[in-house]
This record gives sequence, structure tokens and C-alpha cells, in this order.
Amino acid sequence: MKDIKELVLETIPSAVVEEKQKLTVTVESRDLHPLVATLKADPAFRFDLLMQLIGVDWGEKLGVVYLLSSSADISKEIVLITATDDRKNPLLYSVTDLYETAHLNEREVFAMFGIRFINNPDMRRFILNSDWTGFPLRKDYNADPVLNPVNLVSKEMTDIAPSIYETPQGEIKEKLTDIFEKDDYVINIGPQHPSTHGVMHFRTALDGENVKKIDVHSGYIHRGIEKLSEELTYSQILHFTDRLDYLAANINRHALCMCVEKAAEIEVPERAQYIRTIMDELTRIESHLVAWAAMCNDIGSTTAFIYGFREREVILDIFEKVCGGRLIMNHNVIGGVMFDIYPEFQKDVEAFIVQMRKALIEYHRFFSGNVIALGRMKGIGMMSKKDAISWAVTGPAGRGSGWSCDLRKYVPYALYDKVEFNEVIRTECDSFARYMNRLDEIEESCRIIEQLLPNIPEGAFATKTKPIIKLPEGQFFQRVEAARGEFGVFIESHGDKFPYRIKFRSPSMALVSIMPHICRGEKIADLIAIGGSMDYVIPCIDR
Amino acid sequence: MLLEISHPLELIKLTASLDSFLHGLLPSWAALLIEFILVGVVLLAMYAVIALILIYAERKITAFFQCRYGPNRVGKYGLIQSVADMVKILLKEIIHVDSVDKFLFYLAPFFVICASMLTFAALPFGNGLHAVDFNVGVFYLIAVSSLSIIGVLLAGWSSNNKYSMIGAMRSGAQFISYELSAGLSLLTVAVLAGSLQLSTIVADQSYVYHWNLFRGHLPAVIAFIIYLIAGHAETNRGPFDLPEAESELTAGYHTEYSGLQFGFYYLAEYLNMFIIAGIGTTMFLGGWNAIQVEGWDGFNQVMNFIPSYAWFFAKTGVLIFLSLWVRWTFPRLRIDQLLNLEWKYLLPINLVNLVIMAIIVVFGLYIK
Amino acid sequence: MEKGSIEMEVKNIYIKGIPNEEFKDNEYLENYVTELRQNGVPVIVGKLDDLINWGRSNSLWPLAFATSCCGIEFMSAAAARHDLARFGMEVTRNSPRQADVILVAGTIVHKMAPLLKRVYDQMAEPKYVVAMGSCAISGGPFINSYHVVKGVDEIIPVDVYVPGCPPRPEGLFYGLMQLQRKVKMERFLFKVK
Repeated sequence: MKDIKELVLETIPSAVVEEKQKLTVTVESRDLHPLVATLKADPAFRFDLLMQLIGVDWGEKLGVVYLLSSSADISKEIVLITATDDRKNPLLYSVTDLYETAHLNEREVFAMFGIRFINNPDMRRFILNSDWTGFPLRKDYNADPVLNPVNLVSKEMTDIAPSIYETPQGEIKEKLTDIFEKDDYVINIGPQHPSTHGVMHFRTALDGENVKKIDVHSGYIHRGIEKLSEELTYSQILHFTDRLDYLAANINRHALCMCVEKAAEIEVPERAQYIRTIMDELTRIESHLVAWAAMCNDIGSTTAFIYGFREREVILDIFEKVCGGRLIMNHNVIGGVMFDIYPEFQKDVEAFIVQMRKALIEYHRFFSGNVIALGRMKGIGMMSKKDAISWAVTGPAGRGSGWSCDLRKYVPYALYDKVEFNEVIRTECDSFARYMNRLDEIEESCRIIEQLLPNIPEGAFATKTKPIIKLPEGQFFQRVEAARGEFGVFIESHGDKFPYRIKFRSPSMALVSIMPHICRGEKIADLIAIGGSMDYVIPCIDR
Repeated sequence: MLLEISHPLELIKLTASLDSFLHGLLPSWAALLIEFILVGVVLLAMYAVIALILIYAERKITAFFQCRYGPNRVGKYGLIQSVADMVKILLKEIIHVDSVDKFLFYLAPFFVICASMLTFAALPFGNGLHAVDFNVGVFYLIAVSSLSIIGVLLAGWSSNNKYSMIGAMRSGAQFISYELSAGLSLLTVAVLAGSLQLSTIVADQSYVYHWNLFRGHLPAVIAFIIYLIAGHAETNRGPFDLPEAESELTAGYHTEYSGLQFGFYYLAEYLNMFIIAGIGTTMFLGGWNAIQVEGWDGFNQVMNFIPSYAWFFAKTGVLIFLSLWVRWTFPRLRIDQLLNLEWKYLLPINLVNLVIMAIIVVFGLYIK
Repeated sequence: MEKGSIEMEVKNIYIKGIPNEEFKDNEYLENYVTELRQNGVPVIVGKLDDLINWGRSNSLWPLAFATSCCGIEFMSAAAARHDLARFGMEVTRNSPRQADVILVAGTIVHKMAPLLKRVYDQMAEPKYVVAMGSCAISGGPFINSYHVVKGVDEIIPVDVYVPGCPPRPEGLFYGLMQLQRKVKMERFLFKVK
């Protein structure tokens, strides 16, 4: 770790380097871009992955926290912080030329904090409407409903992107860019559309059947979870995580619990770890089943959709018996799990694994080998490894592009260092690779569960914790491998019982942000099929 | 040749006696007028009833493929589910959309329903149950069934909706392409049968091995398979349901239609499935002829006891089941794959097939 | 009278499945109809109305306005285990013009509100609304948020509320069956304005 500090100080002598939970570097806004560029280019470190981009309001200052990582070894981490004093017209420098994933993230920070990024080509608000009054995540936000009444008449979309750029002379200028050309045939795919997996909105310019350009709109399910969380205690926040990516509810909640447990130094009993890991893997199977079913449905095979849900119901039965919840389980709590497993749990799960394996064979016979299905998936939606890294597309989709990015391998949490499993990687980069990855991961999850199931130790299933947990001052990160990729939690605590700022890194956001890139030139039908293969969950993006 | 036995359940005697009764009572023009009206009413009623039965059957069969029950609350086994749907659709509001091309918008569903009605009316349902027997029957069927595409195109264009437009354009490309294959494969059979008249074609297929499917050896089988694929594509179903691809285009060309107008499209979709299967039965599977095997007299007698219309509906039913099976098994094709399949594979095969069939017929190699 | 009470009891066990005396099963719906018809109804009109209502109530084609978690439970309800098709409701129409009931499944936020209104307006009469899940009913866990509409009934009239977060498919079925009952007591001919 010594030499990275040297590198940072060499590049930016004025930087403040601290050893917190992660190595944290604070720099002036002007110095951020050169520092990031150096860190990205340096052959020893290659911080070519922008994992999180978090806006924070520190009272007198507005700033951004960057969590950088390396695609070769995603356990490497460095935190960069930059801020500006100007609350009226806050300006920071964009990193969109280094990381494509920054585009949507910076637009989100603009919507939430009003920070504009110089050199970002598109500074429209993401998530919120363009005429929203105020910046919700600022501490001085006025939440008076009179300012932002519920509008019942939808407005025309303008499709003009303002941007702010710096001339070589150092002047800062603004300009407006048209998103679409004048005579483009633009259709709205979404927000209310059967195959956008929720309420995504793709404004799509078509050239005949071919997709010419996609403009991503989001926020149709933005519930302001991060703002709500700032007024709730840690155990009260937990239930929001289940409702982010509802298909991987348990894993999200696990992430937040771990983040709080690590920060508050709460020991989790081993039995709870076992239960958590098994439930996580069951959740992963369930999520992949829905993904498989939905993708088949997108390609036009309704029967496959029903089959996927048929197997999923068995998992839901197990969930229900464990904790009473089907889809949203509310099972993890800080310090363990809320309910112990029931006596026949092992037997049920074993029976399910047998059934699941049979079903997998059936799926492959029924769909994977189908001529039409292959024609619809092979060679479609090519996402190179370079693109996947630049857009920070993790999970089965990233691994379908040959990028080894399984956090369970690199940064093992819970019991993942004690079990043997393969990281499923394919190098075809197309929809079919992503599709097959999911089905193979179901098998790997079954293997993990099989190894854990007979060895669940006796003991407590949760540590007693205080009803109100106070975290020490600091910034805490937790990354886990959710069903769609890396799910991240960031908590900034000021020693209070409430978090000062909490941010969830959504894997789906990366999946959606790369859609315009990989769908260009494909057919509309393929746009839907690629969307199915990416398998995003929208509430996770909007939060 | 065939056994002459009494056909107690056939309707031909009934119709004949009705005809002579009317002619005895009235001047011939009045008798004809009454008969025309009767035939029209019966056909219309059949059209509606068959559509309702098909809708129910499809929902049940789909449920069977998908490990579900399907409708089972309305009536025993949900038998009158589609009647309830019909009652509802009849009384559903027809929305008057402002920005549509009004005349064409309201005209389009009638094109679709009329085209399928006209085709339906010309099918030979059984011995003596054939409303009009043109000497160019096959030609008529192909010609009239193609009219419905006008309705689809008009619907897509006049709706002033981008999704509808895309759906209609897809439909246009698909329908015109596959019409070629369907027409050519029927032509292949017409070459074999040596006639375009449906009654002659049916009458020639008395024994099982006389069915055009078997009589023409391999070319006829190929023609049959191509006909099934093309016909399936023409009905916009199964892997070929691009024009209304639900996951892409919400509801395709009929997105803007509500109430009874939508009901027309819905009805026509199911009836077209029946019509395609019906034409297939008539041309390839011996039409309303019973299964007859030369020499098996007892068997033939039993088979003959079953009335001809039952045979027609049974054979058609088998083809419809096949079509549903395909529909609920395969994923959807993409538009370029769809057109490739037609223009690069089906059409050339079909043309060669037609030549081979001509050779077979010229040299008399078919089963006599 | 006696026959009626027996029927009631059988119904209690059969439909509800919850032997709970405090549970109110919206009997007022049927009571209304009986009360209104006490003085007799024209035979033809009454029977026709019955027929129409029978058709409508048994052919509710849903439009799934699924925004979040509840949408997945709706899909579960349509899938093999629970099978929405039994009620003849599997014909999900994605075009609002052809749907009868809009299932608002999930949170409705400020940005979505105008679109929900528009989709509702595009539906053809008779149209019904089911608010599925606590978010659609009141804003649910997100009620304090700056961007969440506090219940869809602020935007469109709701016929049936199905509580839960998310409601189980069985709960959704119960809600839809209540909707069927509600549809059955409408009058189509000679409407009393």
C-alpha cells in the first residue's frame, strides 16, 4: 500500500491521504481528473473500474466520493473524494472520458445534489423530471409538496441535452445538443411496456427495424429511499433494501447488514452465517430463474416463462416456511437472521436441488438448443470485455464477456471462502453467453448449498444487539455479489443513530447504461432480447 | 369401389329434402332466395360458434402445455368462458380516437372479418355441405384470404400509432412473402389433382392412399409441410407472431382498437387458423372423406358411419392442435430470420418441388 | 330466509377460508342489490342485466401496470402454481384499449403519475382499477418520500384494494373475486343516474 500513496502524492502533491476503512484520498476538484487518469493508466494498479460514484452534501461543501477498483483484481480499492464550496452553482470535473459508467451516475448526482460536471456531454437530470424544484438529497432540501405537486398531465419530451465544457483557454461555456436528429423515427419503449422488466424508458430512434440510437430515461419508480433512510435508524432502513432489487432481496439486505455489522463491530454467529449464505444462494437461484423465464418470454416463448416460475415457487415455499415472506423476506437483521430455520429445512432444500437439476436439463432441451432461440441469441448484443469494464457491468453479464468479476471469489464474505465453486466465465460476449451463464450459475449455487447444508452448526442464529445502533464516525463500504452483479452499500456516519448519507450501488444501473451501446444497429426485437439477457431490475436503479 | 351404405347421420338428405320442399312450394327464385339467406345465416352462426370453441380450446390446450388448468370457473370446466368474453366484448365501449384517419380506421376490421368470412364460406365442410363449389375453388380461396392483409395494413396505417405502424409493416412483409409459399404448395397439389374445383379434389381422395399427401409421394409431403409453415405464418401465430409481438410491440397493428372492433380482429385471428387447417385438410388429407382402407370392409363400414362433417372437423382439429403445439413451443423469429426462411429456403424448395410434381404427374408416377 | 342463511354459512367457509367472525366480507354489495330489487324488477331488463354482468365479471382482462415488486407477484399469480387463467383472466392485454381492469401493482411516483392517468384514460368503459400492494394503496413504506404519490386513488378511482407488501397471489385472487362481485351488481340498462 505504500507505493500507491507515493504515486498519489507524486501526481497531486496537495492530496490528503488517509487510511480509513479504505485508503482515502481527498483532492481539490481541479486535481481529481488528472489523478484518476494517472491511477487508471498506471500499469501497476490499473484502477480502470469506477465502482461507485456517490454525491454527498457535507453542509458547507458539496462533493463526490469515488470508489475505484481494478478489473484484474476487483478486491483492490481506493476512495477518492473531491468537493466544492460553491453551493449556488457547484461545478466539478467529469470523469466520463475515462469511465463510461460515469455518465448516468453523474447525471444522477446532478439531479440529487445539483452538482454539474464540466465536460460531461449530457447534463440532463437523471431519475427526476427536468423541472423538479430543488435537489432532494441536499440537507437543506425543502420537501414542501406545494413546490413539487403531483402532475397529472405528461409533458412533451424535449430531447435537448445541455452540457457544460471547458475550452482549452480555461473558460467554462454551456451549450445545447440535440439528442436525436430532426427526422428520426422515435418510439418510446416504456415506461409502461411489457418487456422492459419494470418501468424503464428507452426512447429509441429507428431506422426501419434497426435501432439507431437509444436514450435512456429512468426514475419512474424513484421512491427516494436514500433520503428516507437519512431519517431512520439502521434497523429501520433494512426493509428498504429488500425493495430495491426485489428478486435478490436477501442478498441486498445481507450487504447492508454486513456493512453495519463491520462498522459497529458486531459478531455474527456461525449458524447465522450458514443460514445467510444458503438463503443468498437460494435467492440467487430464484432470481436467475425469473431472469431465465423473463428472457424466454421476451423472445416469445411464453411456455418457458411459466416453467421458470414453476420451479421458483418451490424456493418461495422454502422461504415462506423459514421467515413467512415469499418475495420480500425481511430475513436478515443486524447481527444475524430474524428467524431460525425450521427442522425439515435441509430435507426440503435437498429435494429442491434434485428437482432443480432435473429442471435445468429440461430447460436446456426445451430452449437452449432450440434453433430459433439460438438464432435470436448467438452473436447478438456483443459486449466486449473492455466495454463491460468501462461501463462496470458485473455479474453474469460481465462474466459472459470473459471478465472474472465474482466478488465471492475476490472478496469472500460470509462463508464463501469455505466452499468450493467455479466462477462461470464465458468469452463469447453475446446474449447466449449471458443466458448460459445464468443457468450454469444455478448449478454452482446448488453446489454451494450442498456443501453447506449438512454442516449447519448448532447455536444462536443472531447476536443480541441494542435496539438503536450507533455507528462510529466514518465512511463504510460493503460490496457483495448480488444476482445481477456487484451490489454496494456506502454509509457515511457522523456517529449518530441515523446515517448521514447512505447510497446503494445498483448493478442494474450499469446494465442499463450499456444498453444504448450494445443495441446500436440491432433490430427492435433484439433490443428486447438483449434487455432480457441483461436482466435489469428497475427499482434498483431508481431507488 | 366404395361401399354404398346408408349414412344415417349425414345432412345431405336433410338439405336435399329441404330444397325439394321449398321448390315444390315456391317459385324457384323465391326458393333460392330463402336458401341463400338460410345458408348465410347458418354460416355466420357457425363462424361465431367455431371461433368461440377455438378460443376456448386454445386456452385449454395452452394451459395443458404450460402445466396449468386453464379456464375452469365459468361453466363446467370453464366451457362457456368464451361466451362470457363475447358478451363482454359486445358491450365494451368503442373508443373514438381523435387523431386517427376515421374512415380507414373503421373500415379496417371489416376487411379482415370479411376476408376470413368469404374464405370460410367456400370450405367444403362435408358431403353436401358446401355453399359454393367454384370450378376455380382453390384459386378463390387463395385470392380471398389474401384480402385480410389490406385490413391489417389499413389498421396499422390509420391508427396513427408508431407501434401499430411497425406491426402493420411487418405483417405486410410477412403476409405477402408467405402467401407465395402457401399458394405454390397448394398449386403443387392442384397439379397432382388436376383440378381447381374443391369438390373434385375431395372426391378423388377416397381411400387413404389416395389422399393427396400420400398420392404424390415425397413432393406432396414437402408441399404439405411447407403449407403448414406458410399457413401458420399467414395466421400471424406461433413463432411468426411478429406483427403483434406482445413483448415488443404491445399489441401490434390493433393496439388502438377497442371493443367490438378489436373483437373482430380477435375472432378473425382464430378463424384464420381454422381456415388454414380446413384448406389443408381439404387439399392434403382427403377433406371430409372418412378413413377408408381398400379391402377392410368392416372397418370401412364403421368409419363410414361417422358423418362426413365430423371427419372434416376432426382432421382440421388435428391440424389446429399441431399449430397450437408449435405456437406454444417455439420462441419468436426475428423479422430478418422470418424473411430469410421464406425467400432463401421455402420458396426455392417450393419451386423445385412444383417441377418435380409436374414430372411425376406427366409420367403418371403417382398412386392411381 | 332460512335457505339464505344456510347459503351464507356455506359461503363463509368456502370463499373466505378464514373462520374469523370479525372479518367483514363486503356482504353489503349483495344486500344492496336485494334491497333495490325488493319491489321487483322488469323481467327482461333484469335478466339481461344479469347476463351482461355475468359476462363482464367473468371476463376481466387485466392490464398489468406493474412498476415494482407487486408486478412479480402478479406474474406468479399468472404462472403455473396459482394460474390466473382459471378465472378467465389470463388474457393480459398490453394495450389499454382492450383491457378491462388495470392492476396497479407497485409504487406510483410523481414521474409515473401522469402516465398512469393517461393509460387509465385510454381504457374503454367499463373499466375497473385494482390497487395491488400497500404502495399503490397509500404509498406504503415510502409514504414519507418526496417523490411518491400517496395512493393511486389520488389519481384514478379505485375499485378494489389488495393490501400486502407484496400481497400473495391468493390475496390478489381474493381481490379480483371481490371485483367480480362488484361488477355483478352493476346496472347496464336503464341506468339510474
